[in-house]
Amino acid sequence: MSTLTDPPKEQFRLSMLLYDTRYRSATIQVVAMFGFMLLAAWLINNAIINLNTLGKPVAFGFLGETAGYDINQRLLDYSNQDSHMRAAFLGLLNTLVIAVLGCIAATIIGVVVGVLRLSSNWLVARIMTVYVEMFRNVPVLLWIVLIFAIVTESTPHPKVYKGLDTGAVVVTNRGTYLPEPLFSRSLGDIHLFGNSSLRFDVSIDLIAILIVLGLSIFAAMKIRQRADSIQEATGDRPRTWHTRAAVLILPIAALLLALGFHLGYAELKGFNFKGGTHLRNSLLALWLALSLYTAAFIAEIVRAGILAISKGQTEAAAALGLRPNKTMNLVVLPQALRVIIPPLISNYLNLTKNSSLAIAVGYMDITGTLGGITMNQTGRELECVLMLMLVYLAISLSISAVMNWYNEAVKLKER
Amino acid sequence: MSGTHAHTVAFVRDTMLPEQAPPASEVGPVGWVRHNLFSGWLNSALTLVSLGVIYYVLSGVLPWVFQSVWNADSLSECREIMRESWGDTHGHACWGVIKERWNQLLFGFYPSGAIEGTSDLRWRPILALVLLMGALSPILFSDRVSSKMLILTAAYPFIMPFLMWGGTIWGPLTAAIGFVIGFFIIKKGALALGELVSMIIGVVAAVVWWFLLAPYVADGLSAILPIGLEPVQSRQFGGFMLAILLGVVAIGVSLPIGVVLALGRQSDLIVVKYLCVGFIEFIRGVPLITLLFVASLLLNVFLPPNTNFDIILRVMIMMTLFSAAYMAEVIRGGLAALPRGQYEGADSLGLNYWQAQRLIIMPQALKISIPGIVSTFIGIFKDTTLVSIIGLFDVIGLASAIRADTAWNGVYWELFAFIAALFFVVCFSMSRYSMYLERKLQTGHR
Repeated sequence: MSTLTDPPKEQFRLSMLLYDTRYRSATIQVVAMFGFMLLAAWLINNAIINLNTLGKPVAFGFLGETAGYDINQRLLDYSNQDSHMRAAFLGLLNTLVIAVLGCIAATIIGVVVGVLRLSSNWLVARIMTVYVEMFRNVPVLLWIVLIFAIVTESTPHPKVYKGLDTGAVVVTNRGTYLPEPLFSRSLGDIHLFGNSSLRFDVSIDLIAILIVLGLSIFAAMKIRQRADSIQEATGDRPRTWHTRAAVLILPIAALLLALGFHLGYAELKGFNFKGGTHLRNSLLALWLALSLYTAAFIAEIVRAGILAISKGQTEAAAALGLRPNKTMNLVVLPQALRVIIPPLISNYLNLTKNSSLAIAVGYMDITGTLGGITMNQTGRELECVLMLMLVYLAISLSISAVMNWYNEAVKLKER
Repeated sequence: MSGTHAHTVAFVRDTMLPEQAPPASEVGPVGWVRHNLFSGWLNSALTLVSLGVIYYVLSGVLPWVFQSVWNADSLSECREIMRESWGDTHGHACWGVIKERWNQLLFGFYPSGAIEGTSDLRWRPILALVLLMGALSPILFSDRVSSKMLILTAAYPFIMPFLMWGGTIWGPLTAAIGFVIGFFIIKKGALALGELVSMIIGVVAAVVWWFLLAPYVADGLSAILPIGLEPVQSRQFGGFMLAILLGVVAIGVSLPIGVVLALGRQSDLIVVKYLCVGFIEFIRGVPLITLLFVASLLLNVFLPPNTNFDIILRVMIMMTLFSAAYMAEVIRGGLAALPRGQYEGADSLGLNYWQAQRLIIMPQALKISIPGIVSTFIGIFKDTTLVSIIGLFDVIGLASAIRADTAWNGVYWELFAFIAALFFVVCFSMSRYSMYLERKLQTGHR
């Protein structure tokens, strides 16, 4: 009579690390980890040796030193006596300005072009195709440089305007001047962060305007909700558009009147224009080129998004008796947006990263300040490039965090 | 009820009416125009506006392109000729700048024989380009070109640097021999030693050959048999040639790296996975400019002291890493789109990981991701222009240099139109090719 015994315990042999799939993954991971750490250690060790030979060990003290250069297009006050840190901060703000302006313009152009490409009008659809192919197949840097050349070389010199009536918008080869909003009874500024290099002046006028606008919109929404509830209760909808319009317009008009709002025009003084909002040619060229370029990609995304919604959806909506505009707003768009938004946001990300090409036309964004003049002046390549990368990485990660949050929110909920 | 009076109904037609031609306004060009251009008031308005736009653009562009000056040595001379020919207007192109500088725009400072004592070496990049077409043809048009051409494809990575940089022929040859040694050992040793051991030995042998033996062998052979081409320095490279060179290398090398990274990102091995994720997210989160700064300023800092290698090589490395990260994401999309059943099918056939990837997963994943891969290619090719920012003379760098020349100060449309046309032709043909490929690989069931 035989008794059943457990199979003999397998002895662990060294070769099982390679040939046994249970252990092999662990082996691979340990080897990969070691390889990576060796590589990193080798690179860092080399860097330390090389930097010591060059006599510049890693240090970020240079950020506090006087920058000594000017930033011509800027949002906050800055003089060349400020620190490199302040210059980098202003550069970062300039990057964000161009990114926001570019994204807005690119979205508007892109949506219009994308919709027109689907137009039943053959001619319009072809023109839009030509636009899209033209911009998608030529490097963005070429567009930036070309548009910069156009705005600097085909626009008149300021002295041409001598003795002429200039009007609200002045286009010169030194940039475009728009009217600037001024307040004769201004409330002044709030100074944040004292005197440090991150100091930030916030205009109380602007805050007041935003608060009043916010309250007006809130009140208008309340009025509309009340109208809705009255309609539900009685079946009659009170006419509210005039009260809502009044609530939206009157307070802000009163505030602007109280602050003494007026527009300041640019005036020719000496050799150049003074006053007004000055958009430098570098900003204009970058803005135009980036938005036209990105718009070509956005147009394709919008087109694909609309095409992705099956015709049956529109037909079903029609069968339910929905009007065409309601079909668009309630049926097609919500579904199309789910397809459109993720690639749209990654295009915003691309635009933001492409704004680093500002250095080609001399717009002082973060690449122009921290990665350009500061790096050249101080010779701190490692520190500057590292900080530059981290800044862009932070921007990218925050944009993609927003994207993931949105994706999660609109994801098709299935079970 | 309904059948009761059926026989009394007198109005049933028992013959068909003869078919009639549709009204003239509904067919042919007239019908097409009515349907596509003037089907409503909005459509008609759009058509009229578009016609206006087309007229405006063409009336500016056509005289500019065709009523132009080809024979002039400077912009002022051009303007002089224009004034004499067409009066005091500015709407005429001055193609003289292209006629004089096309050589530089295409080849940079590659020896053209213009300087006394040098010879015209431009046949070398041109031959390299022709061979590139030959090397790509068995891959791109596999159904029309004989697969024997694949030998050229395999040899091309060694022929191209030899043609472009010149120097002794033994360098590329010994490098190629390393691959032969590795391949031979892996192939022959697999039976005797087992696959894994022979693979490790083969790789080690190749590495030993490249780093320890090959330099001496190459030096010795070139001392005995000095066969070679006149060397050309990297700083003489430039123009559109540089864009093609960087583009081809970055595209060719990044595809396999991208595949590996994508597999790594999908892997179950936590360490491998997070290394790949970290690399991909880092590269994709920073602009290419910062990576090019690393190439031009920092790469030497991270290498052993006193290593100093070529700027173009450094740029190639960074551009390859950059495109590999994007490629990995595209391929990951393809992998994610494959149904689970494909993986399970591979398992049920008893294939191991690499066999399954090579025979079942990758062909399908790559097919799905063709549009993405090609648009990454196009993006990389366009991004090669960024090297002008770190001071290499690619087309845009050269355009700025030409514009800074006193003779051509103020010319921009002509130069940029020429450059745009160059890029447009290449990029547009790539995108058309990808459409052709998609159609060809379409298996019909989706």
